[in-house]
Amino acid sequence: MQKDRLMSETPPRLTISQEKDVRVVQFTESRILDDASIAEIGAALAGMIEAKDRPKLVLDFTGVEHLSSAALGMLINVNTKVKQQSGQLRLAGIRPQILEVFVITRLNKLFRIVPTRAEALASFS
Amino acid sequence: MHFDIPSDYESGTRVLDEIIRAAENSGYDADSVFAVKLALDEAIINAIKHGNKLDPSKRVRIDARVTPTRVEIEIEDQGCGFDRKKIPDPRKAPNVEKSSGRGILLIESYMNRVQWKHGGRCLRMVKLRNGRGKVK
Repeated sequence: MQKDRLMSETPPRLTISQEKDVRVVQFTESRILDDASIAEIGAALAGMIEAKDRPKLVLDFTGVEHLSSAALGMLINVNTKVKQQSGQLRLAGIRPQILEVFVITRLNKLFRIVPTRAEALASFS
Repeated sequence: MHFDIPSDYESGTRVLDEIIRAAENSGYDADSVFAVKLALDEAIINAIKHGNKLDPSKRVRIDARVTPTRVEIEIEDQGCGFDRKKIPDPRKAPNVEKSSGRGILLIESYMNRVQWKHGGRCLRMVKLRNGRGKVK
């Protein structure tokens, strides 16, 4: 039942799973660039966040090779929504080239970034 | 390479892929290719979305030269242009939590030389092979 519900909510660009009380979202495309993809992902994540008080969310970037400034904007909006719901957000699995984008824009200070999904899951209070 | 494309993302993606393929075929390393791809993607989106405002009657001109030592790209839209000096630094409060305004920072960070010409309508940018720092 739980699995069906999750599958029916999953847009094609995301794989969504549940680890205890943490929702884990993995990006399935290597490029997060175009406006349509970004809007679709942003809407799916917003729905997930708003459906739960104090949401705990991991965004797993394993496999993501490129993202645009518009994708960064979408992540900032996700972060804001999580904070509004008194939730917690972790970004995990970011390859070094992409991590440099976060460092250049200083968004590494805004987000809590951890190396792996396992470390992200272990980091929630 | 010369391209004259309409203001749509699909056309922009085709140009992006062609220029990136040329850089890869010329033996540029993964970090250089990543840098050109990121900067070029931002520049094309800026021209189509912010310059031409997705107006189907307006065009984007892109000229690219991939040599053994550098990748040079010039992109010009038919919009109103902009004053680079008036674009706020997205790294400073309160801009850091704004969801837009990082494209120009990324272009200027990843390319070795960046020039805004013709009132901001035209961008010329250069990436050196294995290049760090700014060049003329």
